Amino acid sequence: MKIVIIGNGMVSYKFCEKIIAKAPAGTLEIVIFGEEPRPAYDRVHLSEFFSGKTADDLLLAPADWYTQNNIRLHLGDPVQQIDRVHKTVHSYKDITETYDYLIIATGSSAFVPPIPGVDKKGVFIYRTIEDLELMRDYAPKATRGVVIGGGLLGLEAAKALLDLGVSDTHVIEFAPRLMPRQIDDNGSRMLQHKLESLGLHIHTNKNTAAILGEDDTISALQFADDSILEANMLVISAGIKPRDELAKLCGLETGHRGGIVVNDQLQTTDPSIYAIGECALYNGMIYGLVAPGYEMAEVAATHITGEHKAFTGFDMSTKLKLIGVDVASFGDPFAPADTSRTIVFEDSMKGTYQRINISGDGKLLLGGILIGDAEAYNMLLQTTKNKIILPPNPEDLLLGARGGNTESGAGVMSLPDDALICSCESVSKGAICEAVEAGNETLNAVKKCTKAGTCCGGCVPMVKDLISGTMKAQGKYIRNVVCEHFAYSRQELFDLIRIKDIRSFDEALDHYGHGDGCEICKPVVASIMASLWNDMILEKGNDTVQDSNDRYLANIQKGGTYSVVPRIPGGEITPEKLLVIAQVGLKYNLYTKITGGQRIDLFGAHLSDLPFIWEELIAAGFESGHAYGKALRTVKSCVGSTWCRFGLHDSVSFAIRIEERYRGLRAPHKIKSAVSGCIRECAEAQSKDFGIIATDKGWNLYVGGNGGSKPQHAILLAADLDSDTCIRYIDRFLMFYIKTADPLTRTATWLNKLDGGINYLRNVVVNDSLGIAEQLDNEMQDLVDKYKCEWKEVVENPELRKRFNHFVNAPGDKDPTIKFDPLREQKRAAEWK
Amino acid sequence: MSTNNWFYACKVSDVPANGGVCVKYGDEQIALFRFARRDAWYATQNLCPHKQQMALSRGMTGTQEGEPKIACPFHKKTFSLADGRCLSDDTECGITTYPVKVEEDLVYIGI
Repeated sequence: MKIVIIGNGMVSYKFCEKIIAKAPAGTLEIVIFGEEPRPAYDRVHLSEFFSGKTADDLLLAPADWYTQNNIRLHLGDPVQQIDRVHKTVHSYKDITETYDYLIIATGSSAFVPPIPGVDKKGVFIYRTIEDLELMRDYAPKATRGVVIGGGLLGLEAAKALLDLGVSDTHVIEFAPRLMPRQIDDNGSRMLQHKLESLGLHIHTNKNTAAILGEDDTISALQFADDSILEANMLVISAGIKPRDELAKLCGLETGHRGGIVVNDQLQTTDPSIYAIGECALYNGMIYGLVAPGYEMAEVAATHITGEHKAFTGFDMSTKLKLIGVDVASFGDPFAPADTSRTIVFEDSMKGTYQRINISGDGKLLLGGILIGDAEAYNMLLQTTKNKIILPPNPEDLLLGARGGNTESGAGVMSLPDDALICSCESVSKGAICEAVEAGNETLNAVKKCTKAGTCCGGCVPMVKDLISGTMKAQGKYIRNVVCEHFAYSRQELFDLIRIKDIRSFDEALDHYGHGDGCEICKPVVASIMASLWNDMILEKGNDTVQDSNDRYLANIQKGGTYSVVPRIPGGEITPEKLLVIAQVGLKYNLYTKITGGQRIDLFGAHLSDLPFIWEELIAAGFESGHAYGKALRTVKSCVGSTWCRFGLHDSVSFAIRIEERYRGLRAPHKIKSAVSGCIRECAEAQSKDFGIIATDKGWNLYVGGNGGSKPQHAILLAADLDSDTCIRYIDRFLMFYIKTADPLTRTATWLNKLDGGINYLRNVVVNDSLGIAEQLDNEMQDLVDKYKCEWKEVVENPELRKRFNHFVNAPGDKDPTIKFDPLREQKRAAEWK
Repeated sequence: MSTNNWFYACKVSDVPANGGVCVKYGDEQIALFRFARRDAWYATQNLCPHKQQMALSRGMTGTQEGEPKIACPFHKKTFSLADGRCLSDDTECGITTYPVKVEEDLVYIGI
């Protein structure tokens, strides 16, 4: 059987994968013609091309995958003609191929409205890697960029412009609101507000009339209302146009607004020719998302291999992150008021908008919209699709999910077996549970077995819940064990190691584990021992069980050099010490940068230089900053009452006292802190694991805050404390966290999962409800008393110093493969290959 | 594994227990690992194929269902020390492995 595929996009690739898996080995001959110069790549994540990914990273499979699977791939060679009578195609490079089956997967091109001036220099479309390369080359000349189109792709293009450094970026939308096809007025207003607060300029209700500019180069846009917006770069992203020209040429039926007409087997009007993806018109509709395209690939491959499966349309629910803002739309997002009821939660502080539409009888979820926080998306989508009867208070669907309650696992298990969990790879709940029952009891095993969660990753939390749910249903006791070598949770191991006084990983393995350990359990045990005993982490054979950065007491960077961060408590540093850092930076040729935690990072240090660098820093009075450890990092501070006219207390002195108390303290994850001298909160203490803000009566202590990918404000634990009480409460909070948190869990996540939340924590810390306060106090004091600068210990110990060499048989020789590139007046690591 | 060409790498005590070192062999870099708990030795290329970093010798050793492996310090891709295949990602390239022998406290790698 010989199959010719026209087009090599994501759907074409998926078709190959499917048909190879279905057809008996050796019976297939596949030829692909692709117009673009490279094999199929991930167009969904195209914008990541500007945030560091290379074209190669985006490839769905390397070129040799095609050879290995016996596929002849003609790239940069579009098909020019289809001869249906002789069943042949003829390409631009003059190749003729016969076919038994022909698959048209030509996708779509950008729709460019007929505005005068669209052919000017500086006007781009946003579709392929080549388009992106052209934009990248032009962007440095642009001061203001404009995107026409406020839909999904338009906002992606706006993100691309921001990533390219065009900070003055405007979006023009013809409709009165953004994303008119997916979300409603209020949701759109929230999204617009959120995007504007991130620096994007948005103009709705604008009809572009002309693109102006002399010398064939864009200089401004003119609108139908005669207003003018100056711009020197324009990206048009006003919709897509199915690539159906080949089909038209050979007489296949096409829709009057484009698209190749297909039946529910994806056959065109010629039964040996199929059309799949964005070029196919099914039931009068073009499906412009990847998941339905994958489903089409599956149906066509199934039909060709003689089985039966029908395409019956596809849910257009979607969830994505636009410039850091969650946007999701599912089911019928606009259900009309006369037949349905609507629940809306709007929080203009957080910038979230959540709407769910419920059937008139209150029993079924019809659809909805989520802006700003789309965590509930998967569950809501499944509830809609599977027509699950709603609870008596349907708002729990939103509030429950927001509160992070434990119900979610049971929720997923209540879905019917045919509920689609992974829509990219179309894997049902039944298939996942079956895989778990067959013994695939880890996320990786299920991914390998079913492919669920391997594309966009959005369903991974549900897959995890299904794994534990299925195992529970089989009567298996689910324990949150560390890994295959230790059948204990972190908290259990913590207690065992403390009671047995275990001081090395080998001892822990002898008593409580088996096998050799691995990259999961080794750092967990190492961290527990460090939190309990505060011994030098590189001794007693524990050096090789430390996470890579801890093992070399420095942060590994691109290329294999390290960065060095001396501790600068509270961000206070003398001019003399600044000079020392400058001298070290010059001597060892390091890139220097101020960190977010008010200290100085020196990058590009060779492994063998580290002990020498630290020798000099320590001699000048510096000590390790533990930037490499799951440990206390910095206590940031504002300048406070010693200089600031608003300051209530001396925040710098308090920050230094706190940083020096907890320096070197190892924990399940890194810990950050800050002290602000007044409520203006210049130190951003509420974004820290623990943060302190001065009040006129003392200090307010906040805990469980987090920056990073999932920002969360810290919650007030206790108010108006004197300094000593504040420190006592921090002691207890930190010790309690260290003893009970799962590995690699920040305080924010730990607090979210803690039964009883902040009230429970407050009872433990302030009211001593568990009767352990004194123990926590003593344990922390013990750790504080045992603190030593670990770099000082290495510098003074020849045996430990020996480990800081790249070559065991050529000590002192540097890795010759390390490369730097010049950057401004300094240097940078050479880019990944 | 039959090889005629053994070169001397280092002494046993030069290699940390249950860890690795990088051995220079001409212009090449070879990662050498010592599983002290069962006195087993392995050698592989030092280059992690994922992002082309000379880093495997600084990675963390371990086992997965009894199979010895190494985790790259950069992104924790894991590779079998028995046959070099990537354990954490089916689509990632494997790594070259080399035989190791220990004679009277001296470690040799076969090329």
